[in-house]
Amino acid sequence: MKSNLVDSLVKYWLLPIVGAGCVILLWAVASSSVVPSLPSPLKTWEVSKPYILSPWEKRGELDQGILHFTWYSLIRVAKGYALAIALGTPIGLLLGMSKGFTNTFDPIIQVLRPVSPLAWLPLGLVLFQKPEPAGIFTIAMCSMWPTVMNTALGVRSIPQDYINVARVLKLSPWKTLVKVTIPAAMPYMFTGFRLSLGIAWLVIVAAEMLTGAPGVGGFLWQEYNALIYEHIILCILTIGIVGFILDRMMGLVERRFKVA
Amino acid sequence: MAFIELSGVCKGYGPAEQRTHVLEDVNLSIEKGELVSIVGYSGAGKTTLVSLLAGLIKPDRGEVKVGGKVVTGPGPERGVVFQNYSLLPWLSVLENVLLAVDQVFPQLTASERKARAMKFVEMVNLGPAAGKRPRELSGGMRQRVSVARALAMEPEVLLLDEPFGALDALTRGVLQGELQRISQESGKTMLLITNDVDEGILLSDRIIPLGAGPRASLGPATVVDIERPRDRKELNHDPRFRAIRLAVLEYLLESGKARRAEREAAEAPPPETKASAPAPSEPVSIVEVSL
Repeated sequence: MKSNLVDSLVKYWLLPIVGAGCVILLWAVASSSVVPSLPSPLKTWEVSKPYILSPWEKRGELDQGILHFTWYSLIRVAKGYALAIALGTPIGLLLGMSKGFTNTFDPIIQVLRPVSPLAWLPLGLVLFQKPEPAGIFTIAMCSMWPTVMNTALGVRSIPQDYINVARVLKLSPWKTLVKVTIPAAMPYMFTGFRLSLGIAWLVIVAAEMLTGAPGVGGFLWQEYNALIYEHIILCILTIGIVGFILDRMMGLVERRFKVA
Repeated sequence: MAFIELSGVCKGYGPAEQRTHVLEDVNLSIEKGELVSIVGYSGAGKTTLVSLLAGLIKPDRGEVKVGGKVVTGPGPERGVVFQNYSLLPWLSVLENVLLAVDQVFPQLTASERKARAMKFVEMVNLGPAAGKRPRELSGGMRQRVSVARALAMEPEVLLLDEPFGALDALTRGVLQGELQRISQESGKTMLLITNDVDEGILLSDRIIPLGAGPRASLGPATVVDIERPRDRKELNHDPRFRAIRLAVLEYLLESGKARRAEREAAEAPPPETKASAPAPSEPVSIVEVSL
């Protein structure tokens, strides 16, 4: 029992801390010798302190606590992600259920899938004439594909047994969808949702950089222009940690849906 | 006119030039209220036969009639107990049965439907497990749920596809007893597909061997004129039981031998008849993003 506790302490706390320590050490060495323009860890902490220690403070539109910026970004991501799910799930279901739909639309989807957010954003600006909807459009366009692909795969992987049950019971198409297809594809769909959320968060920086909207990405770009490089590192770490937490949270939800 | 009629039914799989002919010239008639079992080798086409009757697949030639009407598709008047239970894992025992009841009896109120589903869950002795998910149940219990679901649809005929095939001997014996009871109480027309001759004789009014495949067809039917309820232990000493058993086994062995001889005569390796199911694919976990 006791050795178990020590074991997990080492595994889940000590070793990760050692790992992070190694990276910080490397960073410190690099900034003091090879690349003097890279701020040292200590300097980064000192310059970032006001943003971390009073994370909700709002001193100006582009001078706010880090959590306040994160909050703006999260709201923006939530909007884009919601749009991605709302569009991606039905497209995925149609792809999974209909061969004709797949033959018709799969090629164009494969073409649109690898397009970078940096390419979508200007189009969004042209379409909507405003940065906010353009950003949301970009997030949605980039992050919907894992949901589309995994939902389609989930529907195609439904065991014939379940389909036979639906056929013997003569369930209507709608009832088959709600009672059999969607629940059976749910584990795959959630994998898609999780990957989509990861991408949506990834895209936020690009979207905010180009539109100059307040948020972590916008702050990062502004501080680059203001030559405060410490804040770039602060933003990178914040983005990483938030992304990690989001992924973990989706992982927990996903596990709840893995039945059978 | 029998209740179930198969006449000259042929069914094969695959493209025309290398088609595997599974069933050829199958003729079968079952009277209303009769329990007929079909015994055959695994891979001989037993499941194909059930699927034809259920309407899940269509015959290449010949006709399948149930209740005087040609079968054109599946329907709840023909309840199926699938070999691998086919329960929906995200629904509880009661919900699995309720799904069928809701579909077949839309005119009842919600509480009447629930009561009806519960009645069938209790009929297969699963009352205390009604709220459990299939994965929390043993194989025998899952198959009971499957039987309950099929019965709850009040089908005109119950098709059982090797219902106890995946169960251990003890559970098998218990469920055979329950099926015997249910069959006597309900007086339903039933078709039992099995690979166990003893099970076939124990449960049915008539037993018919399905010859070895490919191009399998049905052998001569034997009437099981042993009074019910039948007891497995006593049955073993019954000369009538032994005679039927011998007749069915001999037919099966002979047909197996004949098929082997044919194959050797053709001097060609037998085509692989097992259609391999596509392996379940993993979720796409590649994140593609280019910034």
